[in-house]
Amino acid sequence: MADLRSNFIEIKSPNPFWLASAPPTDKEYNVRRAFQAGWGGVVWKTLGAEGPPVVNVNGPRYGVVHGPDRRVLGLNNIELITDRPLEVNLREIKQVKRDYPDRALIISLMVPCDEDSWRNILAKIEDTGADGVELNFGCPHGMSERGMGSAVGQVPEYIEMVTRWVKQYSRMPCIVKLTPNITDVRKPAQAAKRGGADAVSLINTINSITSVDLDQFAPEPTIDGRGAHGGYCGPAVKPIALNMVAEIARSPETHGLPISGIGGITTWRDAAEFMALGAGNVQVCTAAMTYGFKVVQEMISGLRDYLDRHEMALSDLIGRAVPNVTDWNQLNLNYVTKAVIDQDECIKCGRCYAACEDTSHQAIAMQPGRVFEVIEEECVACNLCVDVCPIENCITMRELDIGETDRRTGQKRGAYANWTTHPNNPMAKAAE
Amino acid sequence: MSQARLSPGVAPGRLPPDQLDRNFADIAPVIDRHEAIVAADRCYFCHDAPCVTACPTSIDIPLFIRQIATDTPDAAAMTIFHANILGGMCARVCPTENLCEGACVRMESEGNPVEIGALQRYATDGLMAQPGHPFQRADTTGKRIAVVGAGPAGLAAAHRLAAKGHDVVIFEAREKPGGLNEYGIASYKTVDEFAQAEIEWLMGIGGIDIRHGAALGRDIDLVDLNAQFDAVFLGIGLGSVNALDCPGENRKHVVDATSFIRDLRQSTDLGEVPVGRDVVVIGGGMTAIDAAVQAKLLGAENVTLVYRRGPERMGASQHEQDHATSRGVKIICNAVPYDIHGNGAVAEVEFRYCEDGPDGLVPGSESFRLKADQMFRAIGQRLEIEAQTLTLAGGKIAITGHGRTSVDGVWAGGDCAEGGDDLTVTAVAEGRDAAEDIDAWLTGRAMVSPG
Repeated sequence: MADLRSNFIEIKSPNPFWLASAPPTDKEYNVRRAFQAGWGGVVWKTLGAEGPPVVNVNGPRYGVVHGPDRRVLGLNNIELITDRPLEVNLREIKQVKRDYPDRALIISLMVPCDEDSWRNILAKIEDTGADGVELNFGCPHGMSERGMGSAVGQVPEYIEMVTRWVKQYSRMPCIVKLTPNITDVRKPAQAAKRGGADAVSLINTINSITSVDLDQFAPEPTIDGRGAHGGYCGPAVKPIALNMVAEIARSPETHGLPISGIGGITTWRDAAEFMALGAGNVQVCTAAMTYGFKVVQEMISGLRDYLDRHEMALSDLIGRAVPNVTDWNQLNLNYVTKAVIDQDECIKCGRCYAACEDTSHQAIAMQPGRVFEVIEEECVACNLCVDVCPIENCITMRELDIGETDRRTGQKRGAYANWTTHPNNPMAKAAE
Repeated sequence: MSQARLSPGVAPGRLPPDQLDRNFADIAPVIDRHEAIVAADRCYFCHDAPCVTACPTSIDIPLFIRQIATDTPDAAAMTIFHANILGGMCARVCPTENLCEGACVRMESEGNPVEIGALQRYATDGLMAQPGHPFQRADTTGKRIAVVGAGPAGLAAAHRLAAKGHDVVIFEAREKPGGLNEYGIASYKTVDEFAQAEIEWLMGIGGIDIRHGAALGRDIDLVDLNAQFDAVFLGIGLGSVNALDCPGENRKHVVDATSFIRDLRQSTDLGEVPVGRDVVVIGGGMTAIDAAVQAKLLGAENVTLVYRRGPERMGASQHEQDHATSRGVKIICNAVPYDIHGNGAVAEVEFRYCEDGPDGLVPGSESFRLKADQMFRAIGQRLEIEAQTLTLAGGKIAITGHGRTSVDGVWAGGDCAEGGDDLTVTAVAEGRDAAEDIDAWLTGRAMVSPG
């Protein structure tokens, strides 16, 4: 049976599933329940500087995007960092870590962007026994208006500066949590690396309005008739997070920088995908907030089952897909596929036909008896039919053999060739 | 078991009132908003959807379900009513397992269709509970149209004609309008006087006048109607019940299933409806099932439904058959009544097993007897009309196109007209389409169909 024990920047945990810094990790009671449920680690909800505690709104903190059957696809929040006194959090962290020495316990931090503030907070957490710190440079609402959170994460120079302070004043491993609310995630990741970060974690939440109350004409969540943007997370953000993780993993400047993957991880499969794209471990929040802590059990059994079936160690999985993430101009333009509809699997809903006929290439024919057939002469292999078909594997893509004629172009399929050498590319270089 | 329950012969009050209330409660109560949205989420919004093709009234089912899914059930109801003004009744009585739900692609993938009937009821009940009527009449045309029969076909025709600005007079033989909706459907499918409430709502369009006690051939004459009105629509249903052609058929308590169903529906106190202790029903259609199940629900100890062919040939759907057996009705197939024994009243029915061969039914030599103090005939109905000027085909009024009879200016639809299944929803479609054809014929306007 596959060994799921994880060693992420020398922080050890029984499995690679951590709870992200968020409401589920705000206090001892929750964290103990999480550990009892089997979570490998937690990132304690962000602590702020000493002083009067943070104040939260007293109306709704969360907005939601639902899929069919009210399945939570996306969650947004306007909650701030912990609103409990610093000393209470520190006391609880110490107690929990003492009782669960085998679990990872990371402390998320967010204090004003000056050296003293960081030196002070680091001194205070020194004797909690925590395994590391995560710098919250990602929170996009409330705190960012005060020059913290994503306000720092959006300025690479600040990231580098603060990271340097943290490494200077603490012996703890340091993870820098990145905001996705930027244009190029590689820049802040590079800054974290320059500052001496041991790892980056991403993504934090995305600026968002989940919906609009059409009676009050106010964004959700609505506080007394008005709303502010919140941070979006959950399954809906996973594709954005995967791309950002992959960009950092494959960028020459940051390749090899450990990544803790975050963003909509709901099942073992999501976790495995993040890890294949370079994440050394993963952090979860929305899935736990939707279903409770027990979901980790499926993640553990699922990942173990997957690794066993593929006879892989956990370390074999991490980064395994990174070499296959490339630029568009490297894609093989001589790779030709055609849609194939398995008539035995087809339930005759006609969604492939509607999608192709109305919005694509008119490459599916509707025959008497609701028989749907691909017209290879028209099929550009766009995959839309596969995507809209309700039955998995009913429509698949068949790869043409080298030398086989593409009935759409009349051309025989050739060997690998990409845009950089394509005759239509004015910048094309002669093929080597 | 109480003594009343075991009373010999045909007796009322076999079950206490509270038990009767439970037995005859709404068999499929309307679903709530949550259930509706969950059910609606299962619809794939198919292209050229098979459910629509399977619906005789061609309701745009994927559209109305999407409207429910997006929380606009009134818009969903309008999508339904545009195609089928009796969408409320059809949601209750349609054999959906043979129609829309049977064609649902989810049958192919999971063997479990989208609950189209329940969703239709959710939408239509919601809109019908609101005051007023959602359709407006077009400007009056001055044309007058006679509709004979206030059953589903006649009502659908009348509403569509009224909507187009014509003035409609419905001639109805019975005391109440509704036809089989009122007199011919099991009580637990349409509780709380729904048939009458639906008609009242439908009449809200205005321009429709109903005259009761006016039977064709008795009180009114087709030639006169055709002379007095600009067009005539016949939706008179099938008035007579086929005989068994079996010795002893005249014995007491050998009755038509339709009469039993009608009397039960019209009863204000189910405790007063008499039923046998041992009941035998002959037939394999919905009427036979409705009679058998209701006899059981009234407290009959043994109810046996006997059908002459195999179960696959039964007019009643598998769902209906399962419903009957789940209520304790015993179904015997491949047998015909051979003799009805008794002294005055029926006491026992003798059957012969038979085979359904290529040349018809071949009675075998093996026989059996069933104790019976009440026996219902439900082997089909036939047209009761003095044909006179109308051409008939297969015992029904011959039609071409959208219900045109052999007589100029006279249309027919529903059970009395040839073709189509004898279903409420088919009658609605035929009435609606005939109305469109009449309108086009009278005004030269283009025909709109469906909806």
